Order: sequence, then C-alpha cells, then structure tokens
Amino acid sequence: MGIEQKLGDMGVVTMTLEKAVGWARSNALWPMLFGLACCAIEMMSTQASRYDLSRFGMELMRASPRQSDLMIVAGRVSRKMAPVLRNLYDQMPEPKWVIAMGDCASCGGVFNNYAVVQGVDEIVPVDVYIAGCPPRPETLIDGILKLQDKIKKEPLKKWA
Amino acid sequence: MAESTSLAAALGDAVTNTVVFRDEVTLLTTRERLVEVLTHLRDVERFEMLTDETCVDFHPGEPRFALVYQLTSLERAMRVRVKIMLSGADRVAPTVMGVYRNANWLERELYDLFGITFEGHPDLRRIMMPADYQGHPLLKEVPVTVEEVAFSFNRRRIDDTKIYAGE
Repeated sequence: MGIEQKLGDMGVVTMTLEKAVGWARSNALWPMLFGLACCAIEMMSTQASRYDLSRFGMELMRASPRQSDLMIVAGRVSRKMAPVLRNLYDQMPEPKWVIAMGDCASCGGVFNNYAVVQGVDEIVPVDVYIAGCPPRPETLIDGILKLQDKIKKEPLKKWA
Repeated sequence: MAESTSLAAALGDAVTNTVVFRDEVTLLTTRERLVEVLTHLRDVERFEMLTDETCVDFHPGEPRFALVYQLTSLERAMRVRVKIMLSGADRVAPTVMGVYRNANWLERELYDLFGITFEGHPDLRRIMMPADYQGHPLLKEVPVTVEEVAFSFNRRRIDDTKIYAGE
C-alpha cells in the first residue's frame, strides 16, 4: 500500500538500497523443515490452513539446509543432536537467521539434565527467542514478525 | 507362591535369596552363577524373553549396584526378576549375550549410563550419549541438574553469574 501511494504517476520509487534489500529478504524467508519435539507440532500447525504462515511469505519449508535461510529450532536439542544442528546451520547459505522456538530451545526448559543442551545459543547464534511450552502458533507468528522487523532494520555493514 | 519356591528349588544354591512381593518373584544370585541361572530359566522354565536389563545405584551403600534382569515367559504368561549385586569397587559383570542376544544393546546402555563393564561383550561402547562424552550420567554422584535452579533465596547469586549480570 505504502509503495503504491508513493509511486504516484511517476513509475519510480526512491528508497535506500539497505531498505530495499531488507524488505525483500524479510518477506521471502525460507524456513528449514527441522522439527525436534512437540514444538514441531505447533510449527506444522502454523503452516497449515488455520494459521497459514504463507500470509507472511514463508510457506515454503525447505527440506534442505542449502535452500533455506531461517532455522526454526523447534524443540529440545539433545547433546547428541547438537553437532547435527550445528552442521545444518553451517550448511545454510548466508544470510541466515535462527529462531529458538519454545522454552527448551531457548534455555533447556524443564530438561535441566545431562542429556539436553541448555539453550541452543550454546551452539548457534539466535536472533529471536520464543517463550512457551510449546508456544501457540500465534506466538510463533509473532516471533517471526519480530524477526522480519529485525531483518528490515539490518544495516548494510552487516551484509559483508 | 508355589511357582517361586519351585523356581528357586530347581536352581539349588545358585539362588542365594528369593523375595516375593505382591506376586512378583525376585531371585537373587551371584555374578559367578548368573549365566547358569539365566540359561536354566530360559531352557527349563521357558522364560524365553529378556524384557529388560537394568541397574540400580545404591550409592553410598555397599554393595553399590544391583543388576536387574526382567524375564518374561510368553508360554507360561509369567515374569521373574533376577538380581545380582555388584560392589562399587569392582563394576564388572559377565555378559548374558550368550543366553539372550538382545542383551547386547541393554548392556551397552548400562555401560554408557552406569559405567559397568560386561566381560565378553563383543561391542561395548556408548549407545545413548555422544562417543566423546565424559563420565556416566546416571551414577548417583553426578548432579541431577546441569544448571542450578533459581529460587527466591539464591536467585540473586545465580543472576550475578550470568552474562547479563549488572544490566
């Protein structure tokens, strides 16, 4: 809407490259199909018809890390899964973002024990933490919108 | 009850004690005669299935470990439990893979989580934890939690150790 109004009859829109790239990136996030536990059920529900994540331009869950730029860590990460998760993260092309979905991915949640990583930020840099056990689809969507805002504001110097 | 006495009687002095609690029969035996007892239970008493093999840590009690073998007879619709006690200083038991082949992974699990070595096991390595993991997490001296749980009395002290301290 905003752009159409700015266009007027000139057929030209002026904005900074930074904003244009941020806008394009934020509206075409391709999340990776990566469910680890019960949060994945909520993630599936988020994509399905009732909550319909495709409204925000990210219905395309990629099965390959090489085609995705958003990793939604949905669930607890066991110590044995940690190297796999890092490996997948390393295989994703830049630029890439990470959402820690739910309490377990954010801080270990109720699994305060030897088997579970106490927060996925031990392994990969996290952009958005979503609270909840598991978070409702609305909460996940809110987290994704927060991430979109963050991507839109990302400065040019961070691209290199 | 009659079943339990007949089970123990046929095994003679291989069974050191028999406990019956709520119709559950437990036979206590020794490390040396474990394989003999299990073979007898499998072949003569027809307990053809090893349902589970597990361990209890009684630290700091001594003998420290109890190895528990849960046997099931599908034919007789019966269960029996066989136990051996192990000292904390000598965490070695014979493998029962020769009697029940599925003991392979069960014994690997016990080795992984309790640090018990099974003599004669062909492939004794970790099964649950990563291969480079240090220690055996289900031993009683290992802390239950990784991070200290914050309550009102220790919350401030824990907060001071975090990266956001002072913010």
